[in-house]
Amino acid sequence: MKLGRVIGTVVAAKQLDCFQGEKFLIVQPLDENLKPDGEPLVANDTQQSGPGQMVTYIGGREATIPLGEPFNPSDAAITGIVDEVARG
Amino acid sequence: MKIGRVIGTVVATLKLPHYRGEKQLLVKLLEPDGSDSGDYVVAFDRCQAGDGDVVLLIDEGNGARQTLQTGPKGVVRAVCVGFVDSVDLAPAPKPFAS
Repeated sequence: MKLGRVIGTVVAAKQLDCFQGEKFLIVQPLDENLKPDGEPLVANDTQQSGPGQMVTYIGGREATIPLGEPFNPSDAAITGIVDEVARG
Repeated sequence: MKIGRVIGTVVATLKLPHYRGEKQLLVKLLEPDGSDSGDYVVAFDRCQAGDGDVVLLIDEGNGARQTLQTGPKGVVRAVCVGFVDSVDLAPAPKPFAS
């Protein structure tokens, strides 16, 4: 998993049937110092998160698992809303 | 598997149901010689690791699901599975004589 910040939502009028009812968010990846790092990506939401929130997201095949339709081509999914990152 | 140094903890209240009760660690990935590789990962903990510990971690779905015993629906990838005490590196091979 990685840390990211939700910076927007994506609305797609026409999309694959397996994405019906799923929410898409634009996530800006963050580095370990919580600074923006790299290009934004589109991730499926599983946690009712919204713009401005810091989240954890997972990439790869694991991103397909939390969605309603098991056979889907998602490659990023939000797994949690971060309250705090405690640095040692 | 990879080697990393624990640099913090990620606290999340709203998360996937099977994440409840799991500690999420912020782990900076290291090169074999101990230098920073420039990347990090948020990993679950299976070895009671804390800040500053150098850990062995898996970053792959099937191994993580087995380690955390989530079943096939586990949305997990990275898990800390051990502490690193030392790393012995072989000397760099000499270039082949032409």
